[in-house]
Amino acid sequence: MNNSKAKRKALFENIIHGIFLILGLVTVGCVLLITIYLVISGIPAIAEIGPVKFLFGKTWASTAAEPSYGILPFILTSVYGTAGAILIGVPIGFLTAVYLSKLAPKGVKTVVGQAVSLLAGIPSVVYGLVGMLVLVPGVMKLFKLSDGSGLFAAIIVLAIMVLPSIINVSMTALNAVPEDYEQASLALGATPVETYMRVSVPAAKSGIAAAVVLGVGRAIGETMAVMMVSGNAPNMPSLFESVRFLTTAVASEMSYSSGLQRQALFSIALVLFLFIMLINAALNFFLKRDEKG
Amino acid sequence: MEGNTLTAAAEKTEPVRSTLSPGRKIYSAAVKGLMILSSAVTVGLVLFMIVYVMVKGVPNITKELLTTSPSYLNNTIGILPDILNTVYIVIVTLLIVLPLGVGAAVYLTEYASNKKLVDIIEYTAETLSGIPSIIYGLVGMLFFCQFLNMQTSILAGALTLVIMNLPTIMRTTQESLKTVPQSYREGAFALGAGKWRVIRTVVLPGSIDGIITGCILAVGRIIGESAALLFTAGFAHTLNGFFTGIKSSGSTLTVALYFYAKERGEFGVAFAIAAILIVLTLLINLSASMVGYIFKKRKNR
Repeated sequence: MNNSKAKRKALFENIIHGIFLILGLVTVGCVLLITIYLVISGIPAIAEIGPVKFLFGKTWASTAAEPSYGILPFILTSVYGTAGAILIGVPIGFLTAVYLSKLAPKGVKTVVGQAVSLLAGIPSVVYGLVGMLVLVPGVMKLFKLSDGSGLFAAIIVLAIMVLPSIINVSMTALNAVPEDYEQASLALGATPVETYMRVSVPAAKSGIAAAVVLGVGRAIGETMAVMMVSGNAPNMPSLFESVRFLTTAVASEMSYSSGLQRQALFSIALVLFLFIMLINAALNFFLKRDEKG
Repeated sequence: MEGNTLTAAAEKTEPVRSTLSPGRKIYSAAVKGLMILSSAVTVGLVLFMIVYVMVKGVPNITKELLTTSPSYLNNTIGILPDILNTVYIVIVTLLIVLPLGVGAAVYLTEYASNKKLVDIIEYTAETLSGIPSIIYGLVGMLFFCQFLNMQTSILAGALTLVIMNLPTIMRTTQESLKTVPQSYREGAFALGAGKWRVIRTVVLPGSIDGIITGCILAVGRIIGESAALLFTAGFAHTLNGFFTGIKSSGSTLTVALYFYAKERGEFGVAFAIAAILIVLTLLINLSASMVGYIFKKRKNR
């Protein structure tokens, strides 16, 4: 009697265990689903157009009478745009992180910290809207252009949008530097600024590298804000020309696309996905190295 | 500069500050100045965004805008459908993502014994949080709207957002599960409770702060998301009840903002929506830090 009760209880616990195992595996399932869907829907167009022609073709004219599907302009725009955003965003974010983590008085730290999390929380369409109505006319006037929307405006918006990731991740790394290192350096007569820049920062370099990589991921994946300020013409990238990113290429034609054009959009998403997977691998590498160090 | 070292060493008992070479002084001051400047730029940007959007947006928030649907006959614009759609999508997404995310976190911290499996699950969760939303939108469209035949609907959008928010809920729940002391679990086991009972009555109540924080963060992401919803939830502005609403296409506030700004050039409406979104962001950030503060206080007691 008692035995069967114990057995039933064990069975019950096993079932519960099984349910939680399945819930745990949902993320694995999702990643597989996304990967499989992107590969299956992305490969046909690449095969039909030809990988070299697709990746290195310089003209994208999907709706022309004789359509041409070359996505080099999108790839280069994404790369340049991200590089520009990182070039501007990293110094500002890095210096802010060092200041907040080490030098700032407590009150300043709270205020700036709140500001950074607000910056992270503002929806990207709001960045796009402000970019459209403040930044784009500003760029137009400043550089005396006929239209301010283009790569430059997109870079500025992206640089602002990557700031929170860079600041937060760098700060976590800097906060984890053992205080002994800093005190030893201060005791040797280094000024606080010298200590933080030459002792703490090198000690936290893996984490800071991870912050930069995370910023790259955010910048390359951003869609809506960029779509609203970049002009959206499939030109080869140039600082003040209207350009189209990998993300916006997918978004801007999806609603009215069909046939090979639609399949080519899936292929663009696949290319973007491969970029992101590379970035994820790099991110993981830096974070793991930090854990070991 | 090097010649000073001996004298400096001899005068060790004196305050050393004065022996800093001018180069080092300038370096320290300059770098510190740059740091303060960078922080000021960051804060300045946030302030500018908030003030600008508020100034441009608040005057455009009228009763008519908030309480009507857009009408081509009267040529008026109302965002009530978009507000409701946002509420619907938040509710549906949270209802689905909560059990999934909390369950996955419980599995990782309470059940999993295979290190390799834990690593795989955590790696996939990290991967999910790095995937751009446009890719979610695309896969959501292919899988939910087309393969599962849901058409463009709030439900398809919500399911897409479930995948996006899974890592957030998992991470925050996991973090607070780890803070539940092992002795609580052991005490409950010693009283003869089964594993499920321990989780239900001891572990989960102890990690409620992480679950709530996760929910708040998820709500923030859902409200702010747009690219993933363009092709899954669509653009419609029809006023619907909850159950009809989730089955039909509907634009959320962010998608409506994009639509009015980019397609219609109605910047007043766009700024009004942006102002609402900024206020929501402020509220969400505030409540997230409140929750953290309240539970920290309670735990210390």
